[in-house]
Amino acid sequence: MAATVLPVHGVGTMRVVRATHASSAALVAGLAATALAATLPLWAPVDSASSWMRNFVEIACYLIFAMMWNLLAGYGGMVSIGQQAFFGLGGYAMLVLGNFAGVNAFVAVPLGALAAALIAVPVSFVAFRLAGGYFAIGTWVIADVFRLSVANVAAVGGGSGTSLTALRGIAKATRETSTFWLALVCVVAAIALVYLFLRSKRGLALLAIRDNEVAAESQGIDVRGMKLAVYVVAAFGAGLAGALYFVGNLRISPDAAFSVNWSAFAIFMVVIGGIGRIEGPIVGTLVFWLLNHFFSDYGTWYLLGLGTLAIVTTIFLRQGLWGFAQQRWGWSLFPTQRFLLP
Amino acid sequence: MMLDVLLQGLLLGGLYGLFALGLSLVFGVMRLTNTAHGDFIVLAAFAAIAGLAVLAPMLPAGIAAPLLVAALLLPVSFGFGYALQRWVLNGTLGRDPLPSLVVTFGLSIVIQNLLLETFSADPRSIDSAGLSTASLALPGGVAVGALPVAILAFAVAATAALQWLFGRTSIGRSFRAVSDDREIAELMGLDARKVYALATAIAFVLIAAAGVLQAMRTTVSPADGPALLLFAFEAVIIGGMGSFWGTLVGALLLGVTQQIGFRLDPGWGIWLGHLAFLAVLVVRPQGLFPKTVG
Repeated sequence: MAATVLPVHGVGTMRVVRATHASSAALVAGLAATALAATLPLWAPVDSASSWMRNFVEIACYLIFAMMWNLLAGYGGMVSIGQQAFFGLGGYAMLVLGNFAGVNAFVAVPLGALAAALIAVPVSFVAFRLAGGYFAIGTWVIADVFRLSVANVAAVGGGSGTSLTALRGIAKATRETSTFWLALVCVVAAIALVYLFLRSKRGLALLAIRDNEVAAESQGIDVRGMKLAVYVVAAFGAGLAGALYFVGNLRISPDAAFSVNWSAFAIFMVVIGGIGRIEGPIVGTLVFWLLNHFFSDYGTWYLLGLGTLAIVTTIFLRQGLWGFAQQRWGWSLFPTQRFLLP
Repeated sequence: MMLDVLLQGLLLGGLYGLFALGLSLVFGVMRLTNTAHGDFIVLAAFAAIAGLAVLAPMLPAGIAAPLLVAALLLPVSFGFGYALQRWVLNGTLGRDPLPSLVVTFGLSIVIQNLLLETFSADPRSIDSAGLSTASLALPGGVAVGALPVAILAFAVAATAALQWLFGRTSIGRSFRAVSDDREIAELMGLDARKVYALATAIAFVLIAAAGVLQAMRTTVSPADGPALLLFAFEAVIIGGMGSFWGTLVGALLLGVTQQIGFRLDPGWGIWLGHLAFLAVLVVRPQGLFPKTVG
């Protein structure tokens, strides 16, 4: 455990501890799981490995997207229903780079995310004119503008969409394994990025803004700059999820890429898992995946149940499943707070 | 040609005005953003369609049938809105906008899928006994539909009624009081939870009227709600928050802009409306006619 020693008046010295037993265990378990997953193509039977890898890529996209929504809403206090704008932009930017600019499609994934982040800067200028609930619907309108605009571009197939031809000629097994590894790297990187960001000094500033914007500003925190930074990082993450999703899917259309369902799923996952904590979207994604696995055949009833679950959680269990566990048993896998111990 | 586009746009805007008034009222009184607003309009339309089908043997023929069903639906909707606010949404209000957004957004998904399960994805409409095809000839060789004109007239009347309610009655005074400062209003003897419930109940009367008229004028299908919400929202922002006349003018402007877009290319109408909204947001974020309610 890394500990800083602090002299405290009247008590002697105290240690600042940031890790918990649970977080140390989680780190070991996480590394083991990552190693196990990374070698999956080597030890799993070929048939089932293919379906596992495809499943994992899809879940990874949901997880990254939900984590970024959690960063934006749970930490930045910006509740958006328009993050699908950056999901779609990431996907389309990846496709354009791959199909038309001859960039390797896997290299185009982080570049697509970068494009989404760049576009987020001018978009924020418009979106930040609104606050609270109106920000949520305003961002939804902006996402709809991107959907309708892309639907009018004939080069990417207009409203009916187009295929990712950049991956033509690559063997299916190679393509699936590469996509899987890329997804794994993206998930680990996204979790690490968010965790390290929140533990840093800037993360502390972000928590201060979330708890009280006016008080934070009076302490010298650049609230506007901080919000812009979070918005851009969240757009990068959403773009990464989108680019990754359409590399796995090979086909893109405006209605799929800019669907409000992406934000709906992210909101439900984060709220059910617990907003404003890193474990929240991870738990939420697991719940979502289990429900999807067992109930997705029921189509509309499945969505109906998910919506109801989110409503019930918000009304009766405001902190979500993980928030409940944290309060009840003191679990914290990704501690961002500092403990002062003698 | 230009006159025709302008007229059609204003008539379309009348319907959008009805969509927007309820949203404006609820936000004005309790800062609640109801993301299921459009879905409730669609739900009301389907309730009217179902009511017409169930009550068919008892109803008179012609335009009286939908009007009678609407007359039944309005008080039901009033009660529904009151109960929803009193026992569900009031608990989600607060400084943090997240709970109310999640709950209304969850309701939106629930309503859409419930309607999809019950009525299938087919678009449906209410038979208005020829009213929707009847037209009025205007001087200059332009003809306008009788039903859209009636809808616009209804929207103007509803705006005037709301403005009167807000500015001239004791109910309106309680709305303004809890909007300005909930705690002081409660110290003066108001029960904010009941005032909020009443405001939402009135908004739901408008929602029901908008739903029936939308289904008479065109068609409704279970997935239409979000688009209606976005139009209503754009009208509120373009008009400027806090004034019902501003909301109506915002809706009319949105209708005209969309109509110009539709005339240029059928795929551009909604897109151009969105762009006009964004332009207002950048150039004049307080809206065209900002005013504190009342």
